[in-house]
Amino acid sequence: MTDRPQRPDLDRRQLLIAGGAALAAASLPFAPAAGSAPGPVLRRTIPSSGERVPAVGLGSWITFNVGDDPVLRKSSADVMAAFSEAGGRMIDSSPMYGSAQDVIGDGLKRIGQTEAVFSADKVWTRDTDAGPAQIEQSRRLWQVPGFDLVQVHNLVGWRAHLETLAAMKAEGRLRYLGITTSHGRRHGLFEEMMQSHDLDFIQVTYNPVDREVEARILPLARERGIAVLVNRPFRRGALTQRLEGVALPDWARETGAETWAQMLLKFVLSYPAETIQIPATTRPEHARENLAAATSPLPDPATRSRLVAFLQDL
Amino acid sequence: MDSWLSYRPEDFLLFSEPVYWRLFELHNAALWPAQIPALIAGLALAVLLIRPTPWAGRAIATILALAWATSALTFLPRYATINWLAADLVPVLLLQAGLLALVGVLGDGLRPTSNRGVRWAAVGLCVYALVLHPFIATLAGRPFSGAEIFALAPDPTALVSLAAVLAAGSRPAIWFTMPVPLLWCLVSAATLMTLGTWEAAAPLGAIVVVLAAGLPSALRSRQ
Repeated sequence: MTDRPQRPDLDRRQLLIAGGAALAAASLPFAPAAGSAPGPVLRRTIPSSGERVPAVGLGSWITFNVGDDPVLRKSSADVMAAFSEAGGRMIDSSPMYGSAQDVIGDGLKRIGQTEAVFSADKVWTRDTDAGPAQIEQSRRLWQVPGFDLVQVHNLVGWRAHLETLAAMKAEGRLRYLGITTSHGRRHGLFEEMMQSHDLDFIQVTYNPVDREVEARILPLARERGIAVLVNRPFRRGALTQRLEGVALPDWARETGAETWAQMLLKFVLSYPAETIQIPATTRPEHARENLAAATSPLPDPATRSRLVAFLQDL
Repeated sequence: MDSWLSYRPEDFLLFSEPVYWRLFELHNAALWPAQIPALIAGLALAVLLIRPTPWAGRAIATILALAWATSALTFLPRYATINWLAADLVPVLLLQAGLLALVGVLGDGLRPTSNRGVRWAAVGLCVYALVLHPFIATLAGRPFSGAEIFALAPDPTALVSLAAVLAAGSRPAIWFTMPVPLLWCLVSAATLMTLGTWEAAAPLGAIVVVLAAGLPSALRSRQ
């Protein structure tokens, strides 16, 4: 791990200022599309700290829930190895995802990346008293000394869990906290919480079809200096399946995308917020392909609109 | 509560279809050669449906109770490694084993009816569950080592149970020992449908056969 935050003692205001400057420099929203060759993996700045992380992470929902199957555990470790070698750092999971946390812990140990990973997990229990124990159990499964990020999964028991996470952060046992939702659930409450709490991250669903967050959530995240994890960039694989056999048009190729999956990721990355996507995959080559999408150039507003219209007409 | 209501069925499907089917391969490998006595017991049950003896009901109930207990204690813990909801179903399947012992063994409520038509319908369902259902894996292009075997996997166990209850047709058997197999078939069908596989047709078909065709006839035969 090379880019842990260097100034953890800054207060929130200082961090926001630093983060804002970094945001402006790093996000390059709606960058011109044509002409430039793919560069290094784009990084996004976590506004609350100024830490920069690769703009594509690795999700684990469904894909890493392989139980005790030794063959599939090895495959999962291969995906993590490919992701890490391609420059990825953030892996996301949840206690809701079956054996995924254990599989991640096992895989990270196999590939020697336990210390390097940016560990993003969640707390997910209605029994709010059980939150700390669940987080500790998750940590043991990941086999990490502590989590980088813990979010309240789908706002379940959010009030008490946020207090727990804030206390852990204050004690230095957690670096970032946040809240998640998916599929457009409870956006009203989500928005209120973004306004009223000091959040480092939010996690939402965003892709060229599910764009509800563009209206209020993403602009508010920019305004409040909150980093955004984006889940379901492929709509649970439905988008890539729908686009199977459909040739990638030249206007999409001009963004540097070589596949539809990369084009979908580039769409999300081109939104002017500190978005980090966490697509899940069972194939090492897809992990590499996803990271390769996080390179300049990104779609401009016209290309974004064209993609949305293309998918609507499909 | 509203946060829970906002979930969809697919949100609780936390595994992929290949991972689900691999579960049966691992399960069979771990329990080998238990498949042999399990199939022998299942076929013995079918024979008892064809040629009922005075003790057939109690023998059928004993076999089924042991089959449900085996599924509960061997398959569900393995299933729970990819689906945490499975752990909650262990008591339900053990309850079914207990009900079969109570209604079938103590109460002799699973004695096959004298109605040959109903019995043969039950035998048909039973033979499907014991002999044909395991070949679904092969038919779908998966290795036979992933076959679902009576007593070791809940689907064929539920199908054979429905067949036996259908053949009995007694009200205690229907009221007490049919709900759990039906519930399991529904859960299994919902899982397979959410996974998007045609194999959901098997548990759904069993429900249709039992509810639409066999059950009314079985009840009439007892009146």
